[in-house]
Order: sequence, then structure tokens, then C-alpha cells
Amino acid sequence: MSARAHSMHAADIVVRFADTTVLDRVTLRIDAGAVVALVGRSGSGKSTLLRVIAGIIAADAGRVAIDDVDVTELPTHRRGVGMVFQDNQLFPHRSVVDNAAFALQMRGVPKRDRRTIAEQWLERVGLGGLGDRRVQGLSGGEAKRVALARTLAAEPKVLLLDEPLSGLDRDLHDRLAADLAELLRDTSTTALLVTHDHSEAAIIADRTVALADLQATRGSGEGRNSAQN
Amino acid sequence: MDRSGARVNRPPAWLIAALAALPVAALALFYLWPLGTLFTETLGAGAVADTLRRDTTREVLWFTFWQAVASTGATLAVGLIPAWLVARYEFRGRGSLLGALTAVFVLPTVVVGSAVLAVLPASIERSTWAIIIAHVLFNIAVVVRLVGALWERLPTDLSAAAATLGAGPLDTMRHVTLPLLRPALLATASAVFVLTFTSFGVIRVVGAPGTRTIEVEVWRRATQLGDIPGASVLTIVQLLVLGLVLAATGLLQRRWTAALDLAPTRRRRSRTRREQTVVTTVGLATAAVLVVPLAAMVVASFSSPTGWTTAGWTNLDGGEIRPGLRVGIDPVAAVTTSVRFAAWAALFAVLIGGLASLAITAAQRAGRLLDIGLTLPIATSAVTIGLGLLITFDTPPVDWRAEWWLVPVGQALVAVPFVVRTIVPTLRALDPQLLAAAGTLGANPSRAWREVVLPMAWRPLLAGAGIAVAISLGEFGATSVLSRSGDETLPIAIERLLGRTGATLQAQGYALATILALVTGLLMIVAERGAGRTIDG
Repeated sequence: MSARAHSMHAADIVVRFADTTVLDRVTLRIDAGAVVALVGRSGSGKSTLLRVIAGIIAADAGRVAIDDVDVTELPTHRRGVGMVFQDNQLFPHRSVVDNAAFALQMRGVPKRDRRTIAEQWLERVGLGGLGDRRVQGLSGGEAKRVALARTLAAEPKVLLLDEPLSGLDRDLHDRLAADLAELLRDTSTTALLVTHDHSEAAIIADRTVALADLQATRGSGEGRNSAQN
Repeated sequence: MDRSGARVNRPPAWLIAALAALPVAALALFYLWPLGTLFTETLGAGAVADTLRRDTTREVLWFTFWQAVASTGATLAVGLIPAWLVARYEFRGRGSLLGALTAVFVLPTVVVGSAVLAVLPASIERSTWAIIIAHVLFNIAVVVRLVGALWERLPTDLSAAAATLGAGPLDTMRHVTLPLLRPALLATASAVFVLTFTSFGVIRVVGAPGTRTIEVEVWRRATQLGDIPGASVLTIVQLLVLGLVLAATGLLQRRWTAALDLAPTRRRRSRTRREQTVVTTVGLATAAVLVVPLAAMVVASFSSPTGWTTAGWTNLDGGEIRPGLRVGIDPVAAVTTSVRFAAWAALFAVLIGGLASLAITAAQRAGRLLDIGLTLPIATSAVTIGLGLLITFDTPPVDWRAEWWLVPVGQALVAVPFVVRTIVPTLRALDPQLLAAAGTLGANPSRAWREVVLPMAWRPLLAGAGIAVAISLGEFGATSVLSRSGDETLPIAIERLLGRTGATLQAQGYALATILALVTGLLMIVAERGAGRTIDG
């Protein structure tokens, strides 16, 4: 949906938690409009990298740039980075359509317009007509689609997907993977997908990278930290 | 509810009935009957119309209402900041900060009033401002406890999600965090409103002369003017307002409770320099707000217009301000009286509360009824309890107004709910399997109960006694109505001394307040520890 696609560059990212180095000088470049899958063992710091790119946690070192503009010091809400959380993080006090319209509301879009736009996005993810439901009653697949619509409606420059299809049954998983791949291509969104499923990566992404290959060196504590994910 | 164990394995009904007999009788005699008397007194001889028609009544009602609304708003505004801090961050001194908050909340109202009086500049020290400030200081802990408990469990990723959707910190607060906190905000607002609406000690100590909430007016009419019908009408009006507020809260609460996926989120240490600065500043500011007034109170007990003095402490024995000249307040006698009352009140409270707790946990469903019944005195103001006792037991064969035990009974009524709240959780936490195990080893149900439950009750019982002593020592509302001259307790002496002019009297008042603060604070801390709960639990 964005007028044009954007590139993302994370350079020499270092994150330490207490004594453990979770990310040790990780560098990743995503070209405009590309979809990259990031694989790695659970606990290897994939989610942490997403959070650094989104600005949810501050890195101990390294820079993040979007379209070659340094955004390292920008707070999350000014970065234009969208994120689909592993557990969706839908706002429980808002209906489906009010979740989807949240970003539009933040941008000051008038009430009637944002409802129309949000419903269009719900339509695109296959949830047309569900707008007035409460989010608590949704199935796992529906909730994931709402999270996706909510994030896409923000028209992020870079879309981060944290294990978006984990926890869904096989059938639903495959269907949603296909839909997601199509949606990302249609909107020519620059995206980074974290997964541990290589076949899923192959369906959705243009390119698959392993986190271990992005590190400058292998930190001694790396891989043993199981606190994440 | 405990569903394990067949009916046949439960403690027998006669045991439960025996345990419940005394608490039920005490509740009926000293609470329900006096409450009924208040109602009949109100219905008599046009008292309602007489009282409500008076201008002073309308003034009192209006003042009570608006100062409570203002206090509640101010408390929420101030308290949300430390609530956020302790809910979200782990930092050095976090435990102590929570401890200090709780400590201030459990201090007697008269002490908090004295502290505020000591810290404020003379220009506003006896004013509505002072009242609101004292109420805020007192109730910050309610916000931190109630709102913090929910806030702590809101997933931090919800805020992160809002940020990725373009919401800045203020937008996130307004559109995500506050709406999700609404049930806790409501509960807090309701609790603080009830506490400040029925404010008595704070008003008496820091309010300007003539400043009266319903509670103060009830006391004044009952004890100073002898207008018992008028006082009764006001207590009933107050009860109705409180009932309405609590009912409305309950209704809204049910509608607003969103099913949240609440999980304890891990509190984190601040990572960036800016975060560190904010955490340190807010932490220190909160600590200062709590500690400075209390420190000022101690300082004031050593102060005189001409410099430092220990006169406030050394002159405690005897109310002589000059050789041969007395002011009618004997600080040492007040301490003795307080200790005597507290000992009896604690004995009554532990006896009633302890037996009730055992009955409540043994009786399952019927226990809930007793539990609710014994909690009622909390919802009734202390002055109301005192007035009820005063007008019920004034004619033979129950003319007990002059009995030495009437004040301790009133204080015990106020303390019993807290004693029950201390003991019941510990007993409930007892693994029902233990009773079953005793059964398999050949103990019959009442024997099993005696061997397993009773030995576990000692610690919480002692803790409950500590809390009862602390409550009794600081109790001001019921005591003010019930105590007779010559039987002044510590809080009464403090209020009188601080109300007089004269540097030594003031210093004495602050000295007594310091003593009261130390004793009640220590008792509460020891009791909380002893009950097996931590201060920030």
C-alpha cells in the first residue's frame, strides 16, 4: 500500500542481558520490497533482533537505518516499523475493527474514514463482516488475521513478523502462509519474518538467512541463553 | 472452594456451631442491634426533616462530598506515578518504598494529621488544602496496591504494540493503558472516596475550626450538643451514600472487567540513562513525600519558638505547663489508658476474630455469610459504631455506658475484620490433603481438625493480636464517641494538645504522635511478617 517500498539496514547490533550476549554484532540488510525469513534455534535472539529494529528495546551498540536514514534514536512510534507479535497483543478493550483502526486513529484520521479503511483491511485478510466482534472470542487464526490487518493498516515502512504462524494447526497454517505471502507481495511490503520452520520460510520469503550467519563472531554465551522466545 | 474430601470427612456441624456461637452473638449484640437502634432513632419524631432542613446540615453534606471527590482525584493523580514505577521497574529500594507506603497507610489518622500539620507552612496548616494533602499522603498506598497489582500484570507488549502502530507515550497511556486499568482505577477511586468521605481524625487534626464532615458533625452533635436524633440521621445518610457508592462500583466493575490474558510480566531494570534518571527521580520523590512529613513531626516534637528543646518529651508526665498550672491533659495517663484499652480490645478481637476464622474456614458455604457479616463493620464508619453502642446501651438492664469494657468492645469491632483477614488466608492455604492424611491415619474429623488446623492457627492469631493492638491504639472515631472524660486515649490527647496554643503543648502533641507512630508502625510490620505475608504481598 505504501507509495514505494523501503529498505532496512541493521548494522553491528549488540544486545546483552546481564551476563549473556544475546546478539553479537549482528548485521542484516533488507532491500526495498524484499521479504526475508530469519531462522535460528529458539532462544538464539531472533525476537530480540526484531525488537531492536522496532525500537522496543535499545541495543547496547549498533545502528538501525530505514532508507539509509538512521533511526536508532527515534522512539518506536516514529519509526514506521510495524510488528505482528507472536501472541498478537490485540487490545482486549477494543472490538476487531477498533483494533484494526488503531493506527489510523493515532494518525488523526476522522472516525468515519478510519472505520471504512479498517474494514477494507479486514476484508483483505479474509475477515470481512467480523468488525464488531470482541477480540476475546476469536479463534487463533482469526486473531492472527486481525493482528495482521491492524499492522498493515498502519502502512509500515518495514513489517516485522514474529513467528506469525506458530501454534496454528497444519491446515490453517498452510492456508495462512499462502495468504500472507500473497498479501506481502501485493502490498510490496519490506518484511522480516522470524520463524523456525524452513518450509514456511520458503513459501513466504524471497530469501532465508540464519541468525548465526549474521553475527560477526560467535559469542561464548550465545545459544545457551534460553530466556527468550 | 475446597471440593476435595467427602462430606463425611468434614469437621462436624456441632464443632462449627460451637466455634461460631460467640462471634455471631457478639456481632448481633454489639453491631446489628446498635445499627437497628440508630435506624429507629432516626425514624422517631420528625428527626429527619428537622435535621435535613438545617443549613448547617446542608453545608456539612456538601463539604463532605466535595472534599472527598477532590481528595480522591488528587490521590489518583499523585498515586499513579509511583504505581507505574513499582509495577514496571525493579530497582534498589523498591521493597522499602512499598513498605513505607504500607506503613503510612496503616498509621493512625491522627498521626498522619499531625505529620501534615508539622510539615505545612503556617499559612495553610489548618485549611481544606491541608485536609486534601493529608488524604493524599494517607491513600497513595491504596492506588499503588490496587492499580499496581493490575498494572504489573498488563503485558508490556501491549504498549509496545501500540507504539509500533504509531502511538506515542501519552497516546498509549490514554488509549491502551488507562482503559485497561479501568477496573482497578474504579476500585481505587471507590475505596479512597469511602475512606475520605468518612474522614474523621484527619479533619479534627488539620481542618480549620468549624470544618466538619458528616463524621465530625455526628460526633459533635452526639457528644458536644447532645443532639442524638440529629447525629443518628446523619449516620444513616452517610450509610446510604456509602451503600450507593459501593453498589454502583460493583455494577460498573462487572461491566468493565475485560477478560485479559494476565500474566505476571517480569519487572525490569532500567536500561538507558534516561530511564534510570526517571526511575531514580520518581522513587526518591515518592520516598520524600512519605518520609518528610513524618520527619517533620519528629523535629516538631523537639522544637520551640526559641530553638531546640526537649520540653515536649521531658514534660510528658503531668500536664503542668507551669508549676501548679495544669491544662487538663495528662500525656502519661493517656498512654496508660491507651495501653489498657488496647490490651482488652486485642483480647476481644482475637477471641471473636480467631473463633470466627476457624468457623469460616471449617464451614465452607455458611462460613461466607459469617465472613461477610464480620466485614460489615469496615463499611460502617467508626463514629457510627461508637454512636450505635452509646445510644443502645444507655438504659437498664443494659446501661453499660460507664462500663470499662465498652470502649475496648468498640475498638474490637473495628479491629475484628482485619484480624479475620489476617487469619483466614493462612488457614485457607492449608492443604486439605493434610486433613485427609490425618484421616487415613485414623483421626476422626474433629480430631484431625484439632491436630492439623489448630496448631497452624497460632502464628496468624498472634499476628492478628498485633494488628488489633495497633488498631486499638490508633482508633479515634469510636473512641471519641465512647470515652468519658478522664479516660483520654493517646489519639484524643494528641488532638487536644495540637489544638492548643503554647509551644510546649504543641511539642508534647508531636512527641505523643511520634510515640504512637513508632508503636503502631512496628506492630503492623511485625504482624505482617508474622502472618507469613510480606509487606508487598
